[in-house]
Amino acid sequence: MRDTVDAVYRSESRRILATLIRLLGDFDLAEEALHDAFTAAMEQWPRDGVPANPRTWLVSAGRFKAIDRMRRRARFDASLGELAERLDAEARRTPDPSAPQDDEAVDDDRLRLVFTCCHPALTPDARIALTLREVCGLTTEEIARAFLTSPPTVAQRIVRAKGKIRDARIPYQVPARADLPDRLDSVLHVIYLVFTEGYAASSGESLTRHDLSAEAIRLGRLIVELLPEPEAMGLLALMVLHESRRAGRTSADGEIVLLDEQDRSLWDRAQIAEGSALVERALSSRRFGPYTLQAAIAAVHAEAATADKTDWRQIAGLYDVLVRADPSPVVELNRAAAIAMRDGPAAGLALVDAILARGELADYALAHSARADLCRRLGRTADARASYERALTLTRQEPQRRFLARRLAELSVPE
Amino acid sequence: MKYLCLIYNQEKNLAGYSKEQWDSLKEEYFAYTGSIKGSGHLLGGNSLQPTRTATTVRVRDGKVSSTDGPFAETHEQLGGYYLIEARDLNDAIQVASRIPSARMGSIEVRPIMEFTQ
Repeated sequence: MRDTVDAVYRSESRRILATLIRLLGDFDLAEEALHDAFTAAMEQWPRDGVPANPRTWLVSAGRFKAIDRMRRRARFDASLGELAERLDAEARRTPDPSAPQDDEAVDDDRLRLVFTCCHPALTPDARIALTLREVCGLTTEEIARAFLTSPPTVAQRIVRAKGKIRDARIPYQVPARADLPDRLDSVLHVIYLVFTEGYAASSGESLTRHDLSAEAIRLGRLIVELLPEPEAMGLLALMVLHESRRAGRTSADGEIVLLDEQDRSLWDRAQIAEGSALVERALSSRRFGPYTLQAAIAAVHAEAATADKTDWRQIAGLYDVLVRADPSPVVELNRAAAIAMRDGPAAGLALVDAILARGELADYALAHSARADLCRRLGRTADARASYERALTLTRQEPQRRFLARRLAELSVPE
Repeated sequence: MKYLCLIYNQEKNLAGYSKEQWDSLKEEYFAYTGSIKGSGHLLGGNSLQPTRTATTVRVRDGKVSSTDGPFAETHEQLGGYYLIEARDLNDAIQVASRIPSARMGSIEVRPIMEFTQ
């Protein structure tokens, strides 16, 4: 029986929580109610059998447990009494809020939860913590470990965010059509940050941080399932395509392996197929944005059997569109690298030098490392060495530092 | 629920406005105020005289001191406010985003604290 309840908890607890927040109008009350409902299930299911629809049973149990709790607290706070009676009256009017035929209503609750947790009126850190806690069901300790911070810091962010939701009255709703693009951006950005946090780490804490990428992909799938907007598909595609290369990204001893040197037989074909299909769908909508374009670039890489079969014309073309859709010096730098592959290193170097001359990326290690690489290919060893050394002084990531040191050492050895 | 929308502007930019620019801004504000009156959001609002007219008052150890100027030197200065009634924060953000100065300055939206006896 314990296993049955655990299985229901794993598959249904987030849906139940999302519905309880709507019914009770309060995050903390809903969390207590969720806990109470599962405690009641542990007591009653062994005796009475598992109900035909466990989710409906649990929502209903949670709802009435919350009303009981409020009645007890009303002895100290009269306003809770009124609230309890109002909720009770509502519960009797609509006794079965999550009946199986109401799957759509339950899906709406899950979207409400996502949009509320990612509301732009909350700080970005709070959005991430709240989403991982409420939507994904991670514990405060798990979130803290993944973001290399302390559990009290995470707990405080969550408490503050819930306080703002309550006090400023952030509504529990899916935004109106007119606001949807902006609000969806905020949701996708949270998911993207969770993903990159998990993806960036390649050693040490990698185990728990890998879970973060998996969590982000799960969130991405949820959004695509509930709200199949092109950019949501684009982001999911981008994450899945990056994830497909995970096994090839690092060598057995934890060193970075660049894209052109990766063993492509290690890439996950099923993920590549899924990502490419999503990119196609998003592109055909003609309403796509930066995530879809980045995913399309990743898909072109993924589809090349070997590094020198890469279709650089197509990649450079996609970067041309991306640099207009989402202008940033880092995108420009990547575009320069693609143009170097299409038109030769001299053309790329001219672009990189122009970007560096503007000063925005002067302290960005990867810009100097890209410059060094182009100089090396042009045989300008002294320039290459100077840029690798500059990159080395700027990097803070240990694997990157080792990679640059290795490249620097190779410069001294004639090929 | 009540929210106060505090309108922050760069006074030095406004100081350089021509008469035509002032007139058109005023007209925009009149139209906006009319529209939120019509939608039932408006509870009140005022435009403030510039910060050079401000006086900051403090009482310390029972002694009143008044000093010239606003409490804090900031990049943008408080130039006016609307008190509105809104369904929730999303509704309040909608109303605030249409305040003419939102395009040049910024609007701080603060929920009003309700006290029960």
